[in-house]
This record gives sequence, C-alpha cells and structure tokens, in this order.
Amino acid sequence: MSNSNFTRRGLLKTSAVAGAGVALPTIFTASSAAAYTNEPTGGSVTLGFNVPQTGPYADEGADELRAYQLAVEHLNGEGDGGMLNTFSSKALQGNGILGKKVEYVTGDTQTKSDAARASAKSMIEKDGAVMITGGSSSGVAIAVQGLCQEAGVIFMAGLTHSNDTTGKDKKANGFRHFFNAYMSGAALAPVLAARYGTDRKAYHLTADYTWGWTQEESIKASTEALGWETVNAVKTPLSATDFSSYITPVLQTDADVLVLNHYGGNMVNSLTNAVQFGLREKQVNGRNFEIVVPLFSRLMARGAGENIKGILGSTNWHWSLTDEGSAAFVKSFGTKYGFPPSQAAHTVYCQTLLYADACERAGTHNPCGVGEALEGFEFDGLGNGKTVYRADDHQCFKDVLVVKGKDNPTSEFDLLEVVEITPAEQVTYDPEHPMFAGGNLGQCNAG
Amino acid sequence: MDAILLQTLNGLDKGSAYAMIALGLTLIFGTLGVVNFAHGALFMIGAFCAVTMQRLFSISFETLDPTQTDFLGNPLKVKTPYVESWFGPEMGASIIDWSVPLAILFSIPIMLFVGYAMERGLIKHFYKRPHADQILVTFGLAIVMQELIKHYYGANPIPTSAPDAFKGSFDFGTMLGFDPNVIIYPYWRLVYFAFSAIVIGAVFAFLRFTTFGMVVRAGMADRETVGLLGINIDKRFTIMFGIAAAVAGLAGVMYAPINSPNYHMGMDFLVLSFVVVVVGGMGSLPGAVLAGFMLGILESFASMNWIKDIIPGIDQIIIYLVAILILLTRPRGLMGRKGVMED
Repeated sequence: MSNSNFTRRGLLKTSAVAGAGVALPTIFTASSAAAYTNEPTGGSVTLGFNVPQTGPYADEGADELRAYQLAVEHLNGEGDGGMLNTFSSKALQGNGILGKKVEYVTGDTQTKSDAARASAKSMIEKDGAVMITGGSSSGVAIAVQGLCQEAGVIFMAGLTHSNDTTGKDKKANGFRHFFNAYMSGAALAPVLAARYGTDRKAYHLTADYTWGWTQEESIKASTEALGWETVNAVKTPLSATDFSSYITPVLQTDADVLVLNHYGGNMVNSLTNAVQFGLREKQVNGRNFEIVVPLFSRLMARGAGENIKGILGSTNWHWSLTDEGSAAFVKSFGTKYGFPPSQAAHTVYCQTLLYADACERAGTHNPCGVGEALEGFEFDGLGNGKTVYRADDHQCFKDVLVVKGKDNPTSEFDLLEVVEITPAEQVTYDPEHPMFAGGNLGQCNAG
Repeated sequence: MDAILLQTLNGLDKGSAYAMIALGLTLIFGTLGVVNFAHGALFMIGAFCAVTMQRLFSISFETLDPTQTDFLGNPLKVKTPYVESWFGPEMGASIIDWSVPLAILFSIPIMLFVGYAMERGLIKHFYKRPHADQILVTFGLAIVMQELIKHYYGANPIPTSAPDAFKGSFDFGTMLGFDPNVIIYPYWRLVYFAFSAIVIGAVFAFLRFTTFGMVVRAGMADRETVGLLGINIDKRFTIMFGIAAAVAGLAGVMYAPINSPNYHMGMDFLVLSFVVVVVGGMGSLPGAVLAGFMLGILESFASMNWIKDIIPGIDQIIIYLVAILILLTRPRGLMGRKGVMED
C-alpha cells in the first residue's frame, strides 16, 4: 500500500497545467516578458538560417550555409574578416553583435513554403532566433516573410528574384538585398537590343509560379519597349522535366529568340532540350536564332554544361568581379572551402552583415529599430558598388550584371563572363510602378 | 500536319522511357507479384552509371600552369585525364566522348547485382504481405537510394553528353517535303528510340525463345504447378528481377544525355510508369509497351499550344484522363488478362 499523496485527479490537474504551459508558444510568453520577440538576454544572440538542405536546391542551400558560417566567424572576430574590412560602415568591430557572441541555428526549407514556414517558426519559438534569413525560392521567401512579420522578427531574404517579394507581398519586417525580375529586364534588354537588334520576335517559356510570371512580365515589358515583339508566352509546369514538346512549337513560329524564364532544374532541362533541337543553329530570315536565360546562377549553369556557352542572362553578383569587397569575399570563402562562392552565398553573407551592422547602428536587436536603421541605408564595399536599401519597399538598389556563358572556361567554376555592369540608376523604378503595385509595407512588428 | 508529326516524334522518346520502365515493372509484378515502387530509382541509378562512367574516364592528374591563375590568384591547376595521357589526346578524348554508350556495358552487371541484392535482401520478405506493405517498403527503398545518390553526387543536374557523332539534329521536314528547320529531331533521341526497340525486342525474344524464358512464362501463368514439376521457379524469378532492374538501368543510361541526370529523376517517371502498367493491363508485357508509347505520344500532343488554349492544363492531366477512360471501358486495361490482380 502506498502512502503517496498523489491522487489521480491531482495528477491530471497538474499535468493539464504543466501541459498548457509547455504548449503555450514561447513567442507569446517572450513578448509579454521582453520588449520584443526573442530579445537576447545572455551573452549571445541567435540567428536563424533557413535554407534548402534537402530537395532540388540543396546545393544552393549548402552554399548559402557556408556563407552564413563564414559571416558568423567574421562577426565574432574569427578568420580574416572578409568583407567586414571593405564594408563602408565601420560599426561592426568583430566582437559579435552589440557585444553578444553570434550563434546560429539552421532550418530546412525543402524549397516548400509550408516546410519553410514550419522551420522558421521552430527557430523563432524554440531556438529564440531574433532574425530569420535565407532561402532559394520566391514562393518560400514570401511565405517566410509573412511569418516573420506576424512573429515580430526581421527577415533578411536570401535568393528571391520575384518582383512580388518587395512588391505586392512586401512587409515592414522583410528586407531584400538580391535583385529582382524588373531589374533583370531593365539591365538585359538594352544589351539584347544592341547585340541582336530591335526588331526581334521573342517566344517565352515560363515556369508557372510567382517568380516565372513576374520575370516574364518584366522581360516582355523591357524588350517590347525597345521594339521587340512577343510572339507567344507559354507557361510550363514547375514539375516538367522534358521540355521537348514545349520547345518544338517554337519551330513552327517566326520567332527568332527563345526566352527561358526558368530556374534550377527547369532551366537546365529546357536549355538542354532547346540546344538538342537545333535552335542554336537555326536561322530565321537570315539571322541567328538566339536563346536568352534572364536569371543565371553559376551553380545551375554547371548542370547545363556547354549548352550555356554564349547565352546572355543577368546575375546579382559574380566571383570574377575585381572590386575590393568581392576580392575579399572570394579570398575568404575560397580559402576556407576551396572553390569560389555563388551569388546565393554572396547575397546571404551581405544580408547577415547588413543585419548585424543595422543592430549596431540602432543599438538594439528590436526589429523596429533595426528596420529603421536599414531603411534608406547607403553603403559600399560589399561587392555591388554603391547600394541603397530603399525605405519605400525594403529593396536594395545597386548595379546589375549582364553575363554570358563563357566560350572557353578555364575551370568548372569559370562558366560566366560579365559583359556589362548596368548602373543602379538604370534599374531603379518608382515604388508605385505597376509591376510592384498593390502591396503595403504596413507597420513594423516587434512581437 | 508538321506539328502533328513533330509531336509524334517527341512522344516516341518519352514513350520509349515509359515502355522500358513499365516493362520492368510488369516483369516484376508478373513473376513475383510485387508492386515495386523502387523501379524509378533503378532508372535513376542507371543514369548515374553513365555519370559515373564519365567521371571515371575523366579522372585526371594536375599540373601547374604558371601562365594562368585560378580564382585565388594561385598558378592554375590544369587537369589532364589519365586516359588522354595513356592513349594519347585524341584516343583519350574519344573514350571520354563515348562514355555514355560504354556505360551500357558497365551498367548491366551493376544493375543485375542491384536488382538481385534488392530482391534477396529485402523484397523476398514481403512476398506474402499485402500490396500496401510492398508499396511502403519499396517506396522507402527508393527514397534511400535517391538520398544516397544526392549525398555522393549533389542535388544539381549533372551534364552528361552524347558522343559528338550524335550531337545535333536531323531535319525530317526536308525529307518529307516540308520547309527546312520545321520538323527537327535530335539524333540522340532517335538513337534512344532504336535502343529501346532493341531492348524491348531482346526481352520478348528471351522470354519467347529460350528455355529459361519458357519456364518463367509458365511460372507467371501457374507458379504452383511449375514448382510441383521440381523446377526452382523462385531462383528464376529472382533472376528476372535482376533483368527487370537491368532494363530500367539501361533506359536510364541512355536517357542521361537527353536530360541531365539528377537524384530525383526516377520519381518523375515512377508514377507515370505505374499508370502505363495499369492502362496496359497488369501483368501484360505487350500491354505495358503499347501503353508506354501511346501515353508518351498523347502527352506530347497535349502540350500543343492550341490544345492548351482550349483546355488549359490538359498537358498535366491527359495521362490520368486517358487512364480513367480506359479503365472505365476496359477495367483490365488494354491487354490485361482475366484473373490478374482480381483475387
């Protein structure tokens, strides 16, 4: 016979209270006790790196993660300092952020919006991440940006190129360093017109989701403004692997340019199929048929092999740039990992530094203070020349690179060459531009 | 007319892949009664045999070229493949160039072994279990295989070229009296179609004209009676599993130059191949081949712009739509036999 005072009813009551306490999201308890969500109270601050670790963009996610780790090292005063040495703002001293050691947790977006939101939520609620950053897809970026707005933390977007991220889906807590589809069109169209003429007829194949739609709209608008005609624009399912049945109808039109609004595996396969079907050898009215890939990624270009040779596109950054900031980053990244960084790695590294710098300048991790410090912030030395984080939409405006698949690469990384650096003024647009209309930053949320 | 011809040609190579995968699926289902959801992964492993062959031939030694620098400003390490060093630059380059066709020889023993190991190591334990268990375990196995490939080869597609002799495309249009550059078809896709015809023909001939094949066919019809005659039918069925794996692998090897292989490519074909098997008729080898080509061509036609203008999204659902129609009118599929999967 037991002498214990425990009763079944008492045990149930205690369990219910304890369960409710555990189940109550820390996001709410934290905000009631602290000034803002996940206010760092100890000697460290936790950042949440939300990247695709599985799924089709896992290699890009792995490169982002490498860059994040490098950024954390540099922020904590380890390594050679990378772009901290070239950054125009000198607020960062290599002693963490506001004197707190930078630590990080990682999440796997799987390049799926629901999985990305779940991993971001977990990093905010369970790990106490004060900022979320990363991603390789616009759908994911928009989803996570919305979550961060609700949760009251800053979201520093990774690789997201859709106009919507800082257009109709912009949020006060979200910031994008990467360029967008409008900028690709504005930078690329004059180069296309100069090289291929102003009387071309374009046929678009477009990935059927937010990024593809905005890119098609942007490239069409920019090229049509310079005299091109759009013969047809066909949406292709994101799940498509063989594009032959979408490419062969091009042969039956009088189009003389094929624009592939595809990214990742879609781009590799559609470009490979287009080359297989002889489009690069095709002549239309005595002129060479041309293929254009508006958004190039070196990591993805590797998959297309020699098919990318001579093909024009745009990119946010390339390791072959020789400015001080790019050289410092390439040296730092290349020495640590043995190969040059991708544009995804570059943008997330910059975003981490920009966030940390904003905290230092604002003197707080409070998202509203950090956001204020980022809004309208002008800087240099991070590899893209003079850049401004526009206050109206939280989009960075900087030079855009027009690149071409290299004809004689010297290594497996040497796939693209920069043919033109388009100045920021040429790719800047009004915040109320129709392609970006319909959104509202709203109020910053500190949780 | 030219558009119809072109989409028919497009459907042939897709259909070839569907037919070869569905043939293997049907062989496994017909002999062992197993619904093998890992069959797409076998197709993917075949494609990676081609990638591996290309990488093996490209293994290189490095020499420093002080006249050029790498991205860090150090002297550039120039890679020279050993085969070029051993056999001379021209011969070496030719060997690398022909790595995909040579991978056929490399892949056959590998795929036979993978199939044999799969069947003996895992699938035999599920013969008497419900089909749902078989699907779960083989689907899990497929995920394990694709994650292993992703771990070693990465997530990005890997370019795997056809030999230079088969690069470029053939102008069918001029041959048929159309304008030039209107009906163009890549040489390698023609090779793929011819290759699939040979593989499918070889499998049928093997089953039809060899004693081994005769016993297997008898076993497929009545396993117990063949067993009562003192024939070890299980051993033969295990070998057939290996052969089915080899057929999927060969389909993958030759598909590598059509679309750059990636770890997920097997899943892209798997579901459609199952639809092909069901439409063709469970357990019917000729049905699988017929349905493979038929659905491949239909899928191509559904991608035509004017059809999509009438029914948006038809290219995504056509195969399933046709499958529903066929199963409504012919519940056993095009060439299904009575009694199969009806117990």
